Amino acid sequence: MVGNSHDQGRLPAAFLRPGSSSFFDFLSEIAPERLPGNRMLPPVEGPVQIPHGTTIVAATFSGGVVLAGDRRATMGHQIAQRDVEKVFPADEFSAVGIAGTMGFAIELVKLFQLELEHFEKVEGEVLSLEGKANRLSAMIRGNLGMAMQGLAVVPLFAGYDLDRAKGRIFSYDVTGGRSEELGFAAVGSGSVFARGSLKKLHREDLTEQQTVTAVVQSLYDAADDDSATGGPDLTRRIYPIVTVITEEGFRRLTEAEISEIARSVHEGRLQLPNGPQAPVL
Amino acid sequence: MSTPFYVSPQQVMADRAEYARKGVARGRALVVLQYADGIVFVAENPSRALHKVSEIYDRIAFAATGKYNEYENLRIGGTRYADLRGYTYDREDVTAQGLANLYAQTLGTIFSSAAEKPYEVELLVAEVGESGAEDEIYRLPHDGSIIDEHGSVAVGGNAEQIGSYLKQRHRDDMPLGEALRLAVAALGRDSGGGEVRELTADQLEVAVLDRTRPQQRKFKRILGRQLARLLDENPHAPTAPEPSPGSEGDASGGETD
Repeated sequence: MVGNSHDQGRLPAAFLRPGSSSFFDFLSEIAPERLPGNRMLPPVEGPVQIPHGTTIVAATFSGGVVLAGDRRATMGHQIAQRDVEKVFPADEFSAVGIAGTMGFAIELVKLFQLELEHFEKVEGEVLSLEGKANRLSAMIRGNLGMAMQGLAVVPLFAGYDLDRAKGRIFSYDVTGGRSEELGFAAVGSGSVFARGSLKKLHREDLTEQQTVTAVVQSLYDAADDDSATGGPDLTRRIYPIVTVITEEGFRRLTEAEISEIARSVHEGRLQLPNGPQAPVL
Repeated sequence: MSTPFYVSPQQVMADRAEYARKGVARGRALVVLQYADGIVFVAENPSRALHKVSEIYDRIAFAATGKYNEYENLRIGGTRYADLRGYTYDREDVTAQGLANLYAQTLGTIFSSAAEKPYEVELLVAEVGESGAEDEIYRLPHDGSIIDEHGSVAVGGNAEQIGSYLKQRHRDDMPLGEALRLAVAALGRDSGGGEVRELTADQLEVAVLDRTRPQQRKFKRILGRQLARLLDENPHAPTAPEPSPGSEGDASGGETD
């Protein structure tokens, strides 16, 4: 196989051919069967139970953007995994969170990370944030056949745009259609509730810490009303994954930091089970 | 008669080797040194766009002299190989040794194939380990051989003189600034043994594989202000660490200081 190319002696010609800086294109040339979208699915009857990841939320603040996700993966009505990770760094200044079929989602993230790293190494400079968002679009589109058979993968992409000096969020549909979101966004089964929550809580003038709290509140609300979204699990110490991207780069909040926020959100809910209240007018 | 057309195989190979060697010797020199926290690459390269030193993978870097288009092809091929291998197995399964073997096979096949002209390149593949003893540096000349190097290496034009200058003065536990100044002092020595050129920050391409970097990818370019600061730290340093006599073996003849 090609991964073992030293078995064949010298580097195959395809490796030395100049041109593309895209790992995705390179892989589709030399081993198209290894791209997730190119696999043949056997015909099946009835529903198949496969782990699905659920809610991802993002919100901007003046110095950057926060991307977070709950920890639950479900398989039908069962919880498949309670400490799954659905938010990943894409490179130094961007992150991607994925809802949908977990197996493909993780494979796609791995490929996307590699795509950005490969470009950076070959070209000697990083892609623009728009460029990264477009590459992700193309990769989602490649998975369309799977999506049509119920194995959809829907990412949320957030990053710090060094040229414009602000955090930006991009959301996608299953066909790879990309749209930039202003302020905040959510994907996955609990996204309706999370978005409703952020609508009332999110303001552009929030600090980084306040934005993180608002995002954790929205995940709490999603878990409150959507059975497939997991809330903070204080007994097992499983908290949402929260990442912050600023001018300084990508940072994942430590367990100590996030447990403190999750705990204070939880304390608040003991008084007000529906969470903070917005003024009616 | 066919005799006038006969050229002995020895002659053919000698001519090809000569051709490649001359090509490499025309290029500017490049040195690689181990220092306290990793491996430093220093090349004389006034161009900002055409790199001689590049990242291949987490702990692996590539440096080359000779013909740009030829080593650039090999660099991209190596990056594709490393990324594909890491994608197929795991990031840990990409090693400098595997890459060096692949380059050796590639260069060797091209060198002995009558249909292709030999590549006029000399490559260095280095991997930084958890400690200095685990660092690996491989030198790959045009003909496909692999030489396992330690401490310091020089390739390109005037490599022999620069290499012996380095060997006498280099220590594995040098701090970065000192190693860098030693490398620059070595690169400034001309083949004639004549006067020593003073190289400035904008004539140099410098990069490190730094094992203390918290990131997974240990490769980092040293640019602009940081480079100038490291070069200026102590202007007397390059000549200061004189080797104690006999400590590094015999000094090669012709070295004057």
